[in-house]
Amino acid sequence: MLRTIGHRLLLLIPTLLGLSILLFLWVRALPGGPAVALLGERATPEAVAEINRQYGFDQPLFVQYFTWLGQLLSGDFGTSLQTRQPVIEEFLRRLPATLELSFLAIILAVGIGIPLGYLAARRHGRASDHILVGASLLGITIPVFFLAFMLKWVFAVQLGWLPSEGRQDPRMDATHYTGFYVLDGLLTGEWDAAWDAFLHLILPAVALASIPLAIIVRITRASVLEVQNSDYVRTGMAKGVSRSTIRSRFILRNAMLPVITTIGLQVGLLISGAVLTETVFAYPGIGSFLARAIFTRDYPVLQGFIIFIAIGYALINLAVDVSYSFIDPRVRVS
Amino acid sequence: MLHTSRRRWLTGAAAIAIGAVVLTACASQREEGGATDDGGDVDSTFIFGASGDIAGLDPAMANDGETFRVSRQIFEGLVGVEPGTADPAPGLAESWEQSEDGLTYTFQLKEGVTFHDGTDFNAEAVCFNFDRMNNFTGLAATESLSYYWGKLMRGYAETGTSIYGGCEAPSETEAVITLTQPFAGFIPALSLPSFAIQSPAALEEFNADEVGGTAEAPVLSEYAQGHPVGTGPFTFDEWSPGESVTLSAYEDYWGEQGQVQEVIFQVIGDTTARRQALESGSIDGYDLVAPADLGALEDAGFNLVNRDPFNILYLAMNQTVPALADIRVRQAITQAIDREQLVTQVLPEGTEVASQFMPPAVIGWNEDVTTYEYDPEAAKALLAEAGYNESNPLTLQFNYPVNVSRPYMPNPEQIYTNLASQLEAVGIVLTPVGEDWNPTYLDRIQGGADHGIHLLGWTGDYNDPDNFVGTFFATPGNEWGFTNEELTSALTDARGLATAEDQEAAYLEVNEQIAQFIPGVPLAHPVPTLAFAERVTSYPASPVQDEVYNMVELSE
Repeated sequence: MLRTIGHRLLLLIPTLLGLSILLFLWVRALPGGPAVALLGERATPEAVAEINRQYGFDQPLFVQYFTWLGQLLSGDFGTSLQTRQPVIEEFLRRLPATLELSFLAIILAVGIGIPLGYLAARRHGRASDHILVGASLLGITIPVFFLAFMLKWVFAVQLGWLPSEGRQDPRMDATHYTGFYVLDGLLTGEWDAAWDAFLHLILPAVALASIPLAIIVRITRASVLEVQNSDYVRTGMAKGVSRSTIRSRFILRNAMLPVITTIGLQVGLLISGAVLTETVFAYPGIGSFLARAIFTRDYPVLQGFIIFIAIGYALINLAVDVSYSFIDPRVRVS
Repeated sequence: MLHTSRRRWLTGAAAIAIGAVVLTACASQREEGGATDDGGDVDSTFIFGASGDIAGLDPAMANDGETFRVSRQIFEGLVGVEPGTADPAPGLAESWEQSEDGLTYTFQLKEGVTFHDGTDFNAEAVCFNFDRMNNFTGLAATESLSYYWGKLMRGYAETGTSIYGGCEAPSETEAVITLTQPFAGFIPALSLPSFAIQSPAALEEFNADEVGGTAEAPVLSEYAQGHPVGTGPFTFDEWSPGESVTLSAYEDYWGEQGQVQEVIFQVIGDTTARRQALESGSIDGYDLVAPADLGALEDAGFNLVNRDPFNILYLAMNQTVPALADIRVRQAITQAIDREQLVTQVLPEGTEVASQFMPPAVIGWNEDVTTYEYDPEAAKALLAEAGYNESNPLTLQFNYPVNVSRPYMPNPEQIYTNLASQLEAVGIVLTPVGEDWNPTYLDRIQGGADHGIHLLGWTGDYNDPDNFVGTFFATPGNEWGFTNEELTSALTDARGLATAEDQEAAYLEVNEQIAQFIPGVPLAHPVPTLAFAERVTSYPASPVQDEVYNMVELSE
């Protein structure tokens, strides 16, 4: 298995190399450039030329690409043109925020999605099944930014139950060690801060969870339906195997394989949802920073962040593949 | 089996419902408890919703509005601004004198002022700051960092083009700054946060001039990342990049300390999100309220505060387009536009119609400047004279930005729609091109010749005519696409004048020259609006955004 994992990791190299070329070209193809973005209304041709010269944007594209690649290989991801901080630091500073949010979103999606999907399958063809299928269709089709906006309008602006933006009340004098605000509050015993950070997570997490939740419901339902009609389940029942064993070991465990794959894919896709959700909730994570970088043509941030995200995505999928062998002994990673 | 699963389902639903109730109860409890945090009658924390993060904490190396907003709380300059106007007023200098030749300025400094680190503010500190900026090298000496020094002092010691001659400190309270060329805008320019006086001790201790990294990858100095020290009413506490900046009242401030004990600038990039943050009570106020939100916010009891407009919104005409090189066409466009209608229909209340490319408060504004009255028939006649009629209509690209609100252009889409219908009424055929503001739109306007007529404008940084008409017309550029040597030389000469009196005469003339040449249509001076929570009873709105929060008054 270790050999396979090693092989998969090696495959990452050509993948990332290909991505780096596409990414580099896409970023350069965006109209306008960072110099105009930095200077705004008062950009004079001389000032633009000067900035392009300083940053090397006046060089031929292939020279810029290989310069960047060279830096990348030596572990230098460049510096944000907007914040003038190293890209790697900007990424690491915002990573805990997005992980915390994604973690809660995926807990919601899995924790609610699997039981609901299972329930729909067990009640196949009845009203509750139809309602769940309909609701999940709505969950998939409703645009994330719209849902985020509505959640905020109802629960933050109109009802005032939950905070409307940010990660923590700025008046809170909280200590931060790890950058995971809820965890920090728990570690330092600042319960107030932990609770406040948690409240700030709820609305964006619900918005972010909507699509994965709906997809998990549908996949679980389909998968359970397929498995529960299979021969071995019938045989098990005929042999008098207890219902709970049939449910947990015969049906659920076998039905989980496609669900796990879906969860893996959805975790990777969370980041695209985070770009929109974080922007609506002014949540200072990777997504909102990436959105801003697109508007300001912050080339190093766009290139660096997307490479990091791609690596993360590849690793998550590798982890999903490896996890198959634990869930289904028939599958051996080879 | 079904029975069991139904029971479980019900149990699950009940658990979720209970969870929701508990959560709600806790949330509302927090809200009630969190209203006052220092036990007094007034919550002395003022939270402002900033539209973006700051670029750094060293104002000498910044040029954007959000950074300046924070800088103005921490730092003060030699020269301030008369409250509510754009006119220079004493700041850290109580008075100043200009020599006969206009090149030497002697400042009498305020006594008993200390920096937040406890060191004294004196003439040596003043000279240290000016020498420092003039001696910027490498990346520190580029427009993306020290824009204002480079622009206004025309360079640095290392480039050899700087008009800064030097600074002397004959006594603790007297600083003498010499320029090598006259610059009438020098005193008003000193009110910019870029020229604020920072603690020499702190600048040195935290290596403020070390813009780290390599030339391709500059990194802010340690000072600019977290150790700004000035003389202002607020001291720096914390900067959480991308999230917020926190300041607290400086106990030994020489002036009025005011009610606000803590200032928090919370970054909320999205305009709608800022409005919702105000509505939900998580911020006390924000800037650049969208005109469409004004009515709803006012009805809901929020306080709206207008700044006196110190800006200009114009319709520019690109003369590289052959039709627009014809002055008859340019005059026709001018006469086809009813500016009164534009102002009353789509711009915020209080907006004034513009007659020239600067607001009335600026030196050299010409009361008697030539104007072209709204007259669609005259416009049609001029177009016909230029060879355009129904069978051969004038066809133009109309460029405008979308999804953006600038202080001088709160709603570009509506402004475009209004103007387009007026221009179409005289038979002009328009090809609308709406693009994202920055950098797409700006790049199209400034980066090349592929544009026709377009919307743009400017908010003045300080009271200097060169900051308006000089910015637009002093050097030929892609935006206007013309070369007018007479105008260029008039503007270059005016830039070299030594006093405001000399400037007045020169710019009256320049404004008339521009009006005769019709490079574009000055449209309006729109009013920028801020919105505040009901508890904010007074806010020191300033046309040049010189707004310091020790003057904010809170009622609860």
